[in-house]
Amino acid sequence: MANELAILVQGLRKTYSSKASGKKAAVAGIDLEVARGEIFALLGPNGAGKTTTVEILEGYRSRDEGTVKVLGQDPAKLGKNSWAWRNRIGFVLQSTNDSQDLSVHETVHHFANYYSNPRDPDSVIEEVGLSEKSNSRIQTLSGGQRRRLDVALGIIGNPEILFLDEPTTGFDPEARRAFWDLIRKLRDEGTTILLTTHYLDEAEALADRVAVIVEGKIVEVATPISLGGRNTAKARITWLENGIRQEIASDSPTAEVEKLSARFGGEVPELSVVRPSLEDIYLKMIGKS
Amino acid sequence: MRPSIIKIGFLRGGLEIKAFMRQRESVVFTLFFPVMLLFIFGSVFKGNVSPGVTFSQYFVAGMVASGLVNTGFQQLAIMIPIERDFGTLKRLRGTPISPISYFIGKAIVVFAAMVTQVGMLIGFGAALFGLNLPTTADKWFRFLWLVLLGSVCSTILGIAFSAIPKNGRGASAVVSPIVIILQFFSGVFFVFSTLPVWMQQFAALFPLKWLTQGMRSVFLPDSFATREVGGSWEIAQIAIVLIIWTIAGTYLALRTFKWSDK
Repeated sequence: MANELAILVQGLRKTYSSKASGKKAAVAGIDLEVARGEIFALLGPNGAGKTTTVEILEGYRSRDEGTVKVLGQDPAKLGKNSWAWRNRIGFVLQSTNDSQDLSVHETVHHFANYYSNPRDPDSVIEEVGLSEKSNSRIQTLSGGQRRRLDVALGIIGNPEILFLDEPTTGFDPEARRAFWDLIRKLRDEGTTILLTTHYLDEAEALADRVAVIVEGKIVEVATPISLGGRNTAKARITWLENGIRQEIASDSPTAEVEKLSARFGGEVPELSVVRPSLEDIYLKMIGKS
Repeated sequence: MRPSIIKIGFLRGGLEIKAFMRQRESVVFTLFFPVMLLFIFGSVFKGNVSPGVTFSQYFVAGMVASGLVNTGFQQLAIMIPIERDFGTLKRLRGTPISPISYFIGKAIVVFAAMVTQVGMLIGFGAALFGLNLPTTADKWFRFLWLVLLGSVCSTILGIAFSAIPKNGRGASAVVSPIVIILQFFSGVFFVFSTLPVWMQQFAALFPLKWLTQGMRSVFLPDSFATREVGGSWEIAQIAIVLIIWTIAGTYLALRTFKWSDK
């Protein structure tokens, strides 16, 4: 069933109640469809409901309402076949801190035993860039190296879907680039990837589609380039004239610049033409601009 | 094809032993602490608890039994909540591993620690405190099944109890007092028959009292049996109590075991 959706979510709701704040809807009616082979990003501020949503899909949390299917199965009703479902899925969770006393090599090789069709552990260690650290104890790894180990353990079972929950928190820029390349490579091999992140550049660089989630609701689902109508939004043109900064918004900025250039007889002082960045659009969506 | 649950259990056991051996503090504490206690108590109480039975002889029997409780029940009931905090269990939950494999791994690391601890107690006892070892095959056989049944029971109850502490930080405070009180009530540090009757009766509800009694039947001369509360070693009762607790513990462990705190 090649056309089968990897993930289907309809009307998902989850409410927490606490003594301090009473009832709070962490997820307030979410619909999602993720196709096979797609990189799908859930983008939102901290506390928006990203992790709750993902943990419901992963089978870690219960839900109050809604339909959830991951690889055709409801994660809350796996029963006896839960191992077969987990055999096809990889998880990279937030902040784990386990197996401190074992080496990278020992850990990755050990986890490979859990799966019926694992990847080769040594090439996985190589792919996440930990070959040089292979014999080091996990407690000696840096934050970014630990995260790459998490990814290694997430993909060791050769999963059809990979869940990545804020995978690059604490990475330096170089490690992030290398990590993105790895994720793209997995996608090219056919892995479906559901990514949560609060980094805009990460969503823009990786995702085929982005869902922006705010206060437990999805505000928009789109490709990164068209999010919030960014691709068709008016460009902002500014320049300096008589010592005063001038500004216009235009659908045809090239023509405007030509007109300006003709008026100034060549160079326009301090000219700039800007389309809204993903960040502008995003901040507007989450109500922070 | 699903990878074998038993095989993964043994692989986990090997891995956990490796990780355990690398934590120097816990190795020293778990393995040497009972020997240190034996050294202290054996040096302080030089007398006999009955004709021909030194206090050290009596104490080794009790320490072997409580060693099974320390390395199994106490260790696991504290370690598992810590592993839950660290995300070890959550990560495992996301893999196809069966909880049974995880339990087998724990049982193996517990058993390895127990064998080492018991071996050290007996070795030190014989070398320094004139401990008499059993001389009949019969008693050695009884020793063997007591260690096996005792360690399985202790492991299972540790896993079952691990659902109770809310987090790793508080686990030790919940678990350790229970173990220490049971040790006092079960006649590890004092001669059981000299304890108040209510203490004896309370202790008789739990496995440690019976394990201790079983170990006395191994390490003390049969003449001592008449000084037991029941007037004999009560071997059949010991086996029955341990088996009942093992079955109840297995049921509870499978019902209440939590991979995460949510």
